[in-house]
Amino acid sequence: MLTIDQATYDAIIAHARRDHPDEACGVVAGAVGSDLPTRFVPMVNAAMSPTFYEFDSTDLLRLYQEMDDRDEEPVIVYHSHTATEAYPSRTDVNLAGEPGAHYVLVSTRDGAHEGGPLEFRSYRIVDGEVTEEEVRVVERYDQSTGASAPQSPNTLTTNDQEADV
Amino acid sequence: MAIEVRVPTILRTYTDGEKKVSATGDSVSALIEDLEANHAGIKDRLLEDGQPRRFVNIYVNDEDIRFSGGLETPLSDGDIVVILPAVAGGAR
Repeated sequence: MLTIDQATYDAIIAHARRDHPDEACGVVAGAVGSDLPTRFVPMVNAAMSPTFYEFDSTDLLRLYQEMDDRDEEPVIVYHSHTATEAYPSRTDVNLAGEPGAHYVLVSTRDGAHEGGPLEFRSYRIVDGEVTEEEVRVVERYDQSTGASAPQSPNTLTTNDQEADV
Repeated sequence: MAIEVRVPTILRTYTDGEKKVSATGDSVSALIEDLEANHAGIKDRLLEDGQPRRFVNIYVNDEDIRFSGGLETPLSDGDIVVILPAVAGGAR
């Protein structure tokens, strides 16, 4: 299961909408071993494409050096699909290089980039195998225990997300 | 001649989980041969048909070897080599 705070969830969606029709991409870093995505890092899609994304190689090195210095790891690797569903493509699976990360896919198809309902889904991709997981959006993380308080149900129903997210 | 090589998570199965390993070689090509001698299987993850894989990045002292001579990029004692899988994908 992916636990993510509302602000980070919203930031990923805003990035995907802003870059539509090109794919948007980035990571959310977090302390090593915490499984908590805390530092939102939108990246430039060096491919500038509606069907492909790639971090620029210099940006990639800088990102990993920065995470290393801060004892962080990429808890989430996210990108958008702009005309297809939020499910990993064969390319996504073949190129998935972070077995410990939550791979988040957002789809901005069918008007979702303009504010329509938007798919936000998360997967583990390990050794070519895709496993979808539940996404739990919380108001904030409880830093003392690493656990998180569930958000009140009525604030979950915005037009950004399906009711069962 | 010792070169520090930083190994990404996905390749640590070849280095007994080690994040950093030491290797030798006067070029990236020679370094990869030395890595293979001590961590069998890793070469195939870095090269395809004798060339660096499209979606694996190798940096020498923070410079992508694509811009510094590829596999022939020279190495000397104390250099730092970083290997990072590309973060890439997409609907295509």
